[in-house]
Amino acid sequence: MRMTQGTFSFLPDLTDEQITKQIQYCLDNGWAVNLEYTDDPHPRNTYWDMWGHPMFDIADAAGVMMELQSCRKAFGDRYIRLSAFDSSHGWESVKISFIVNRPKEEPGYRLRRQEGNGRNMRYTTEPYADAKPEGERYPI
Amino acid sequence: MDTGSQTVTGKDRYKSGVMEYKKMGYWEPDYQPKETDIIACFRITPQDGVDPIEAAAAVAGESSTATWTVVWTDRLTAAEKYRAKAYRVDKVPNTTDQYFAYIAYDLDLFENGSIANLTASIIGNVFGFKPLKGLRLEDMRLPTAYIKTFQGPATGIVVERERLDKFGRPLLGATVKPKLGLSGRNYGRVVYEALKGGLDFTKDDENINSQPFMDWRERFLYCMEAVNKAQAATGEIKGTYLNVTAATMEDMYERAEFAAELGSNIVMIDLVIGWTAMQSMAKWARRKNMILHLHRAGHSTYTRQKTHGVSFRVIAKWARLAGVDHIHAGTVVGKLEGDPATTRGYYDICRNEFTEQRLENGIFFDQPWASLNKMMPVASGGIHAGQMHQLLDLLGEDVVLQFGGGTIGHPMGIAAGATANRVALECMVLARNEGRDIVREGPDILNEAAKTCSPLKAALDTWKDVTFNYTSTDSPDYAVTATAA
Repeated sequence: MRMTQGTFSFLPDLTDEQITKQIQYCLDNGWAVNLEYTDDPHPRNTYWDMWGHPMFDIADAAGVMMELQSCRKAFGDRYIRLSAFDSSHGWESVKISFIVNRPKEEPGYRLRRQEGNGRNMRYTTEPYADAKPEGERYPI
Repeated sequence: MDTGSQTVTGKDRYKSGVMEYKKMGYWEPDYQPKETDIIACFRITPQDGVDPIEAAAAVAGESSTATWTVVWTDRLTAAEKYRAKAYRVDKVPNTTDQYFAYIAYDLDLFENGSIANLTASIIGNVFGFKPLKGLRLEDMRLPTAYIKTFQGPATGIVVERERLDKFGRPLLGATVKPKLGLSGRNYGRVVYEALKGGLDFTKDDENINSQPFMDWRERFLYCMEAVNKAQAATGEIKGTYLNVTAATMEDMYERAEFAAELGSNIVMIDLVIGWTAMQSMAKWARRKNMILHLHRAGHSTYTRQKTHGVSFRVIAKWARLAGVDHIHAGTVVGKLEGDPATTRGYYDICRNEFTEQRLENGIFFDQPWASLNKMMPVASGGIHAGQMHQLLDLLGEDVVLQFGGGTIGHPMGIAAGATANRVALECMVLARNEGRDIVREGPDILNEAAKTCSPLKAALDTWKDVTFNYTSTDSPDYAVTATAA
């Protein structure tokens, strides 16, 4: 399966050239670009691990791309997402967030159902990869 | 129109009998509205022979303290303060019998945080007033002091996006069709297919409540199975607007509580439930961390005709105060009424932190929003993937685009229809961010993306020539004019 979190998950994986253009768009808007990685793709896993701080002071896309290459070198087996923060009043949150690296294989999610009274169901979504400890979930 | 004050003062003012409204203190051309005043702009069409100033004064009078005759009991009150004051009357451009009347109301005329109270005054008795052929509330300036007495949208655009983990693109939805007749089990099938295919939301239609073919509990249970299954199939947060509209507040609370218990992240209500019920549901939604979708069912009965009723821009302002998170605000290019300039004004009211006066968009006043949450506009009705460049350009990215027929009517099936819309959307956002001119290059961008996405190709082939070109009944009265730099 293909996990479809992020702004561009329905498109073919973005090339580095396409990623560079999106970074430039973020920088032109004055947003701080941030890289995060995880091997827990649960849709409610909000806090992916940060690859350093958001890059408040990097002014060109090439600098961000260098960081992305280093992050890929260290965590190329995992999901990496690039997001951008807008600190202006009234937003003060993420403006865009898209996947820039995926595991080679994405085994997907198990849906667990716990039957309750009156056909009321408790649903739990579990990434199959979670069965293994962090760091061992995806083949390198 | 420039005529001086004709207000009668002293003992003569309170002589028993009938007196013209403009002489009773409801026409005060020298009045400077206070920062805390509520200001309304009405379009008035007086009956033949009725002086427009007197008509404006009558509207001010009948929407505040006046009755048809002089009453001595006014003298027991601070009557001058409580009288609404018409202070300006302009002829409407390109008309012979219509006037814009600006009326200021002291804040003490209104109860804090109550749309019901505001509307009972401003659109209460006065719309049936005989000396007028027609009356339309065009816009209102709501002061910060008043806005701060309202909760506002339960969730707001930013928190909705954070909760859904969806940023940087419009959200995608579809209304389940046929809107009436499906059993709960069949209904959930549409929800599952559409969400799995790539939509973020599906939606109940305005009139799906609890009918003989489907009890509301059946719908909720099957829909939540579909939502959770689609969530597991995609790894992405999904939702479906469960319509909790019902006959009584007790019924609505029961349905909404059940939706919350089942883990739904959004419920919906129809505008026809009324302002008090909407405010109650907004407070409930805030307490329950629930997104609250409003379907503007019924609004066209009073928003569409220019000479009588209430403009939708006013309805949008009231809805933002009342506290809904989503509001249908037009598509421009779809099947329902919507002049581009006027629709732009509605979207600004939903999403701005401060809405500037823009007469060419029908916005008559500067409107502060005092950090009230933003409302997500929803574009729904006769739109399809082939219009994606126009939709993104006209409506921006903080909007829910709802493709009902454009998803469910796809020749390759519902999931394929959803995928077509999602791919069209993402390729267009990508291109826009790259700095491409999407309005001009839009069709090329879509065709390029369709090369690797057969559902998008099928959608473009099926609906390529579908447009709805009709003249709008509600367009702005003022054209864009160059302003001095």
